[in-house]
Amino acid sequence: MRGVISAAGYVPYQRLDRSAIADFFGTGGGTGTRAVASYDEDTTTMGQAAADLALRSSDIEPEALWFVTSAPAYLEKTNAAAIHAALRLDAAVEALDLGGAVRSGIGALRAALGGKGRTLVVAADTRDGLPTGADEASAGDGAAAVLVGDDSDGPVLAEYLGGASRTLEVTERWRIPGGARSRTWEERFGAHVLGPAAAEAWQAALAGSGIDGAAGIDRLAVTGLNSRAVATALKAIGANAGSLVDPLINTVGNTATAHPALLLCSALEHAAPGETIAVVALADGVEAIILRATEAIADHRPAAPIAGQIAQGGSLSYGRFLAWRNMVTVEPPNRPAPARPSSSAANRRTDWKYGFTGSRDRSSEMVHLPPARVSQRGGAADEMDPAPMAHTSGTVASFTVDRLAYSPSPPTVFAVVDFDGGGRVPLELTDVDADEVHVGMRVVPTFRRLYTADDIHNYFWKARPLRDGASGSAPPGDSL
Amino acid sequence: MSSHGITDRVAVIGMGCTPFAEHWDASLDDLIIDAAHSAYRSAGIAQDEVDAFWFGTSQSAASGLGMAGPLKIEGKPVTRVENYCATGSEALRQACYAVASGAYDTAMALGAEKVKDGGYQGLNAFPIPTDGTQRTLTAAAMFSLMLPAYADRYGVDRDELRYVAARIASKNHHNGARNPLAQFRREMPAERICEMPAVAGMLSVFDCAGVADGAAAAIVCRAEDAHRWCADPLYVKGLSVVTGTGAGSLDPDYDYTTMPECAQAAADAYTQAGVTDPRSQLALAEVHDCFTPTELVLMEDLGFSERGAAWRDVLDGVFDLDGDLPVNTDGGLKSFGHPVGASGLRMLYEVWLQLRGEAPVDRRIPETGRTLGLTHNLGGYPGEIVSFVGVFGTKKER
Repeated sequence: MRGVISAAGYVPYQRLDRSAIADFFGTGGGTGTRAVASYDEDTTTMGQAAADLALRSSDIEPEALWFVTSAPAYLEKTNAAAIHAALRLDAAVEALDLGGAVRSGIGALRAALGGKGRTLVVAADTRDGLPTGADEASAGDGAAAVLVGDDSDGPVLAEYLGGASRTLEVTERWRIPGGARSRTWEERFGAHVLGPAAAEAWQAALAGSGIDGAAGIDRLAVTGLNSRAVATALKAIGANAGSLVDPLINTVGNTATAHPALLLCSALEHAAPGETIAVVALADGVEAIILRATEAIADHRPAAPIAGQIAQGGSLSYGRFLAWRNMVTVEPPNRPAPARPSSSAANRRTDWKYGFTGSRDRSSEMVHLPPARVSQRGGAADEMDPAPMAHTSGTVASFTVDRLAYSPSPPTVFAVVDFDGGGRVPLELTDVDADEVHVGMRVVPTFRRLYTADDIHNYFWKARPLRDGASGSAPPGDSL
Repeated sequence: MSSHGITDRVAVIGMGCTPFAEHWDASLDDLIIDAAHSAYRSAGIAQDEVDAFWFGTSQSAASGLGMAGPLKIEGKPVTRVENYCATGSEALRQACYAVASGAYDTAMALGAEKVKDGGYQGLNAFPIPTDGTQRTLTAAAMFSLMLPAYADRYGVDRDELRYVAARIASKNHHNGARNPLAQFRREMPAERICEMPAVAGMLSVFDCAGVADGAAAAIVCRAEDAHRWCADPLYVKGLSVVTGTGAGSLDPDYDYTTMPECAQAAADAYTQAGVTDPRSQLALAEVHDCFTPTELVLMEDLGFSERGAAWRDVLDGVFDLDGDLPVNTDGGLKSFGHPVGASGLRMLYEVWLQLRGEAPVDRRIPETGRTLGLTHNLGGYPGEIVSFVGVFGTKKER
């Protein structure tokens, strides 16, 4: 049996209330909220966050990591390698970037399900559109990760029953690399070509899965960036309303490349053993996959359920949203911009910079962050073991709000963090209001992009609040 | 630590100090020349009679060439030293040790910094290539960690401690207003400082040192030769540098209410100088008030106040110009300004003036019969500090 071994979604903390758009421009926007990647998040960091959650709820190591996005932080350089490093995966694990096209998200998932080996599919997107446009309002930022493998690798939560594909060469939605917006043809044209393709793919997927009609599907997710085409497809499929998975448009927004996997994760978080789940994605044709939840789903304990993440969003002003997305240029702090990180220095310290791994002195047990060769206590040299800290919670010992330091989004909130079980390091706080920080606040490390200099993204770790007050050094559980 | 010291073996025989200011019209070379020539005149010594030179600059020049060139020092050793904001004191220490060793009869320590050609406010570190994981906080933010930590540890109301910090700044502005070389010569009531917007933690810009260009220089010689040039030299009683390991940023036991490196340097310097009760023995102290919380905590680290009592002593005026132990009588970094490489020698300049009765009358310390003065100069941040403490006196006892 082959299928999904683990799955997790990541919804960034910041939320934009869509009504703020019309409040500002007098037009555009809509209802509900969209999830917004913070100024220090990109598809790589969000992908890492989702992948980390997926791997936490299973102790199975992938053999390959496929990263899919339409908004890569780098071209030419492999973004999956940064995720790989931040997950502390073995060098033998192959990390690849796929895509550029929105279709690649569901495509990678279907390729993994139909392939072999343990493959971690990570899909992430940040979605931009010009102010007041439909994409700005309906889109959202987010990520999802699905670990695919065989039952010989570990318990399969949902067995892959089958899938189908229909490919169309159609210029229905497009974007030039580097462009700030996508362009679309008349929406009705997209519905005209995608609707029949959806019906065909759907019938083929059902037939290949041995399921007799839409009534045999318990949880159905149909997604695509052309909402009229999605409605047409739903009609063509003949889905019953009770089986429809919440498309998360009103809370998260359409995360495009990540959305099929995100909806699959969401469906798995609610599925009972034996239930069938179908995901149909419309993009330059149609991809459809059908799975059946196994008995193992009853024991599925997501590290951070999507519903819980949605419930914990922070409120972001529209002005700040526009600044973060480079839609408006705000006056930068009158300080020199930081220098680019040294590639050779970063490479020597991959374990620290990406893996957030310090060192623990064998004799004194003192944790050194960053890793040291000579112990602060006792002075023993080269008597250290790695001390991975990415999953360790900590407590704010002291903090300050720096209104003078360079930051892509001032002010900088910095805290001296003491980690459970030992280790101290001063870290920048993120996903936090300066006013809510206090000594004793519980925080967890989070992988972020500190700034970009000379087109080099400087990735490192910050700390963010453990919002439901969960304590202990265990994975944050529902408290993401 | 087996630190033997060089008590009474080296004397300061001349000093010079430029105004500290935004010297838009003066170059680093100008400042070096002005400070050096002023020191030569003060000692009545010719440049040719100085055997060796130590040049302290943090970021304004890269080698001894930066000093030998403008001064045209021919055929002599000129060495650049750097130790963060303690650079000027480090230059002095090297010059003193060189003379005490017998290697040279005379030496000059000169500190200079040109910070205002960068185009930005504040101090900006020269970027060393790194892995990009170093924190990017300002020094103000790092030192701002000390106020809430102190308030919590000693149960002081935060608003009251805010006022204490402002009172330190106000005192230093009061003193600086009486100093023709100082960058800021305006008195500033503590109440007004408290009303200013915070820029880092609880600190406002008036809790931060002035950023200035400037230079200062000292000429030292063997103590037994001092009277050849100077009727009333200052004798070096104790010199200490303690450099931390960065433990405070690593070790959860560190609580940001002290700078252990400073306490260790003070203990070492006091032992060398025979100081057992600094508060009653010192005539004045020039300390590194880069930010107001720094001066507060230093009063305890340097042994002027009991632990947890400095805030009260500040309110009681103990460190005022007419107090029991006047601190930063020239205005300190706060008001005199902080050209990084020059500050340590600027501190000694004030001790030079005060102990020898040359300070302007309106900021002269009361006559107490005390003959010792202290300079304390630090670089780095709470938790990772390089600290200098020097004790100097008018009486040679050995």
